[in-house]
Amino acid sequence: MLALEISNLHKTYASGLQALKGIDLQVEEGDFFALLGPNGAGKSTCIGIISGLVNRTSGKVKIFGHSIDDEFILAKSLLGSVPQEFNFNTFEPVEEIVTNQAGFYGVPARIARKETEHYLKQLGLWQHRRSQARRLSGGMKRRLMIARALVHKPRLLILDEPTAGVDIELRRSMWDFMKQINDQGTTIILTTHYLEEAERMCRNAAIIDEGDIILNSSMKKLLKQLNNETFVLYLRDDLEQAPQLESFNKIIRLDHHSIEVEVPERLSINDLIHELETQNIVVERMRNKANRLEEVFVKMTTKTDDASAA
Amino acid sequence: MLYRFWVAYLTITRKEIMRFARIWVQTIIPPVVMVALYFIIFGNLIGQRIGEMDGMLYVDFIMPGLVMMSIITNSYTNVVSSFYGAKYSRHIEEMQIAPVPDIVILLGFMTGGVARGISVGIAVTLVSLLFTEFSIHNPLIVLLVALLTSCLFALAGLINAIFANSFDDITIIPTFVLTPLTYLGGIFYSIKLLPEFWQQVSLGNPILYMVNSFRYGFRGTSDIDLLTAIIVILFFIALLFSVSLTLLARGTGIRQ
Repeated sequence: MLALEISNLHKTYASGLQALKGIDLQVEEGDFFALLGPNGAGKSTCIGIISGLVNRTSGKVKIFGHSIDDEFILAKSLLGSVPQEFNFNTFEPVEEIVTNQAGFYGVPARIARKETEHYLKQLGLWQHRRSQARRLSGGMKRRLMIARALVHKPRLLILDEPTAGVDIELRRSMWDFMKQINDQGTTIILTTHYLEEAERMCRNAAIIDEGDIILNSSMKKLLKQLNNETFVLYLRDDLEQAPQLESFNKIIRLDHHSIEVEVPERLSINDLIHELETQNIVVERMRNKANRLEEVFVKMTTKTDDASAA
Repeated sequence: MLYRFWVAYLTITRKEIMRFARIWVQTIIPPVVMVALYFIIFGNLIGQRIGEMDGMLYVDFIMPGLVMMSIITNSYTNVVSSFYGAKYSRHIEEMQIAPVPDIVILLGFMTGGVARGISVGIAVTLVSLLFTEFSIHNPLIVLLVALLTSCLFALAGLINAIFANSFDDITIIPTFVLTPLTYLGGIFYSIKLLPEFWQQVSLGNPILYMVNSFRYGFRGTSDIDLLTAIIVILFFIALLFSVSLTLLARGTGIRQ
């Protein structure tokens, strides 16, 4: 079953800006889906329309088969959303914010209080339940929005840059939490600028740029589009200059102990290490220079820029 | 489904009541202090020199109008500041994203405004006991007019908040429209004192109908026919309710 089905979605703002140019998107139930794109690409507009915060110009949106027009009560009750910006009353106590949200979804007070306790404990906010939200740190505020979005047990959860401005340790714990929620059956749509996050968490992804979806496939297929990957190699011995290798063209010496090599798709790491060994160069450690998805993303969005410039 | 909407309505209403109750020093006390000053200055000091108005002591004459003025101002202010605050800090989105029909949002905010208007009205009535003797001609009329008037001005506050783009915009209507209409609405004088032409002009002021019907409930005397007054109030409620609901459905001021 499709958790989300978007057909021919258009949005033109009063200023004349065409934010969405007729996008189609389908997300399967249970998926962990990445919606990627540069700033101003149309991601937040798309999410705003699904959530009912932005009026669309035309097009259709269905959540688990329920139209957001004709069956908006049913459709909305299946959706939870964590927006990019803080959107709670900062003067309200943490517990009240989450309990009230459950109330808006029609969850009776007794159950709402129980669910609030459950999610605040799970997200490490229970001890702050009586604090005004403005007194929380940035990371806590993000977790508060996640607790608020989950309190009515949505089947589709949209996370709009949920880990923005969150430190690495907390980000990793939030990843674990999101994975756990997804494993329990909640479909998740994630937008993020941390492409490592998308690569690590998501099974499928779409890239949106200038209001169009320019790529939509599984993460595996998406990453296969990479023709080359760049590796940084840390060497055992000092190196005065970059080595000349027969099969590899792009080799840059970074310092005495490290080089950067671009490996074409047709060659393997073994080929590289073998060639280096023939020159008595021993590799101690290595790492990807950039995140693989980041390379695809840059490639795809730059292409579009070139095309539009032309 | 109806139960779900009922829970949502109760949640919005409770949230709204908690909002003004939490800051009662800013929301309940100032109007009480202000009205106490009116009683001291206009009721006692100046009122003793004025003598009687419409066959009663001046302080007894102005008492219902002062209570009504508090109800009007507070029901309006509560909704305009709360709804605009929710728009400004974007927590209105909490309701927009949830399956809450616009009419439930509307009723929730309206009830919050009514709750504050009535709370302040009761507090002001209690303070008035220090200056006048308590007497009610018809408690049902008092209650009915108080409820209808606070509904009306809560709705007006909501419309103001929907169109407001800054905090300045939420003070313009109360300052330049509401206050003059209230003062010219027969709180401090009977329109019978006015020349014929100005009496007719005064009939165009909807607040005159509220103040007079409220005064009728307390004192049994009014410049306006009671039934006419109630019909006028109901007409404006129906009008503002429809306008508010249409604006919410269109997403005016809250959806791009």
